[in-house]
Amino acid sequence: MALLDVRDLKTYFETDDGIVKAVDGVSFSIEKGQTLGIVGESGSGKSVTCLTIMGLNARKHTITSGEAIFKGKNLIGMKPSQLRQIRGNDIAMIFQDPMTSLNPVHSIGTQLVEAILLHRDVSTKVAKARATELLKAVGIPRAERRIDDYPHQFSGGMRQRAMIAMALVNDPDLLIADEPTTALDVTTQAQIMNLMKRLQQEFGSAIIVITHDLGVVAEAADDVLVMYAAEVAEQAPVHKLFNRPHHPYTWGLLGSLPRLDIDVDRLVQIPGQPPSLLHPPRGCRFHPRCAYVMEKCRQVDPELVPISTDPDHLQACHLDEATKDREAAKLLEATLRKVI
Amino acid sequence: MVRYLIRRILWAGVLFLVVTIVTFVIFFLIPNDLAAKVAGQGSSQAQRERAIKGLGLDQPVYKQYGRFLWRLTEPVPVHVAGVPVLVRPKGNLGRSYIKATPVNEIIAGAAPVTASLVFGGVIVWMMIALPIGIFSALRPRSLLDRVSMVFVLIGISAHPVWIGLIFAFTFGYKLHWFPIQGYCDVINPATDCGGPVQWAYHMVLPWITYAILFAALYVRMIRANVMETMNEDYVRTARAKGAPESRVMRAHVLRNALLPVVTMLGMDIGLGLGGAIFTETIYGLPGLGQTAIRAIGSNDLPIVMGVVVFATLAIIIFNLIIDVLYAFIDPRIRLT
Repeated sequence: MALLDVRDLKTYFETDDGIVKAVDGVSFSIEKGQTLGIVGESGSGKSVTCLTIMGLNARKHTITSGEAIFKGKNLIGMKPSQLRQIRGNDIAMIFQDPMTSLNPVHSIGTQLVEAILLHRDVSTKVAKARATELLKAVGIPRAERRIDDYPHQFSGGMRQRAMIAMALVNDPDLLIADEPTTALDVTTQAQIMNLMKRLQQEFGSAIIVITHDLGVVAEAADDVLVMYAAEVAEQAPVHKLFNRPHHPYTWGLLGSLPRLDIDVDRLVQIPGQPPSLLHPPRGCRFHPRCAYVMEKCRQVDPELVPISTDPDHLQACHLDEATKDREAAKLLEATLRKVI
Repeated sequence: MVRYLIRRILWAGVLFLVVTIVTFVIFFLIPNDLAAKVAGQGSSQAQRERAIKGLGLDQPVYKQYGRFLWRLTEPVPVHVAGVPVLVRPKGNLGRSYIKATPVNEIIAGAAPVTASLVFGGVIVWMMIALPIGIFSALRPRSLLDRVSMVFVLIGISAHPVWIGLIFAFTFGYKLHWFPIQGYCDVINPATDCGGPVQWAYHMVLPWITYAILFAALYVRMIRANVMETMNEDYVRTARAKGAPESRVMRAHVLRNALLPVVTMLGMDIGLGLGGAIFTETIYGLPGLGQTAIRAIGSNDLPIVMGVVVFATLAIIIFNLIIDVLYAFIDPRIRLT
């Protein structure tokens, strides 16, 4: 049985203008010790998916349906008091901006100790020892002394390390990292990703990493979920997705990736803007921006189905597979040739 | 910390000089017939000249100011067991032109009245503003929130004199719940009126009247701060850690949201100690505000200066206390 099994998850927000379908029927599952990457543009529903699983959306004006079965229990609709025991204990979360995600008036140590004492019946002294141990594990130098520092005395990278330490203090089975490296500079990004990989091996946690950086996904993830406009566009094991991407949106994402080793004058961009989730387009939600749009795409929303050759590789596109294979090969050849 | 304090105290000295000089100059710019007032109605020209001379009012303004400053700051030794160990400023504010009583005595009599009003008022308005502000922030657009916003609007728009008169009329004159006029000393029961109970009894209406405007302002500020803080990322982090809502509010939201309230409180207390003119006037409280108004009316400069000096010191001291306190409650602030 999968560690977390999400089935047809929907999160709708009631606003003054109408209902915003922020997540509209997302399904995926993740096994113990595995890493799932969720990619997509801003506003595609990546973060809301995870906040819904954690039960962290504002309860008022939010309609949630579907299931998120974690270790046999459905997290959706669970009583807040029960969910609290899972949050920070079995499932922990790392947020995007380490500058604002730590409370400025409490010391790093206090915040880590708080995370421990909320779930463990131990003395403050034991908790502090555990916190120090974790800070050392994430590579904070002189952790015994720095533990009494306040967030503003830490650099961005160190704060994100402290966030990771805080997420791991209770040895969670699942770690959700919401764009953990977006707010950091490139060298720090690599360090943080390496750290997460190392700690995953050490602690055996499963990780969901939300990102719009395909480089992060290629490096860290076992499986990838490509989200577009609150829906899943494509889902596959990482090497399959990168070797034979099947959705025009994924092609667009891959094509727009800047690379240091290739000299291009202009990055390929996906034309247009992501659609409004208040009034999503009829049919395939990507059709107004798709170069391969057909009449069918304007009418019928494609279902997420496996490709004929591989049951693990799901995609939601009406385009025939021959065309897809040809286009994907062209895209990959183009980048390959540029590399050589 | 010590360097910061020294610098702040030096700046306070500059501020003090500027405020007193300006008050002095304004006083002498306003045309007045001081001689007649000092010497009394129907006094002769010779008597008036003598009176003016006696008070030193014939001398140039800068000399008078110098005299005022010297009396106030002349160093006097402080004796411990008969041995002088320190010097302190003499703090002599001179004598009233009209009544010839020492200004220090007048201030010492009026300051406790104003202090009673202000500190009692602070407690009343914080007791109103804290719960209402926090609960309206937790339930925006709820009935409680809408009612409290109406209260805020009334509290800010209605003049304290009007509120005071309505209260005095309703709760004093009509219902006889509280006395309308007068002040009772806490410690020295001079007449039948004295002691803590009588003191508080007489202060109830003034406290409420004085507190309403501030309560309204503070409700609005606390509500806005709490709502803003609840959207902070670190509050979401606290929830993600599994903290119960009560703990999220206490340790993460309120701790941050109430920091600016502390600053405001320090400024408002300092400001209030200079005299709450409207409230004191309505309820006949012999506080600093009334003292100042009367002294201005009779051109009694030493008393005016006395109130100004006291008010300036109160503002300076309370701001300093808040600054130092801030260094302890907000780790991001370092006093340098």
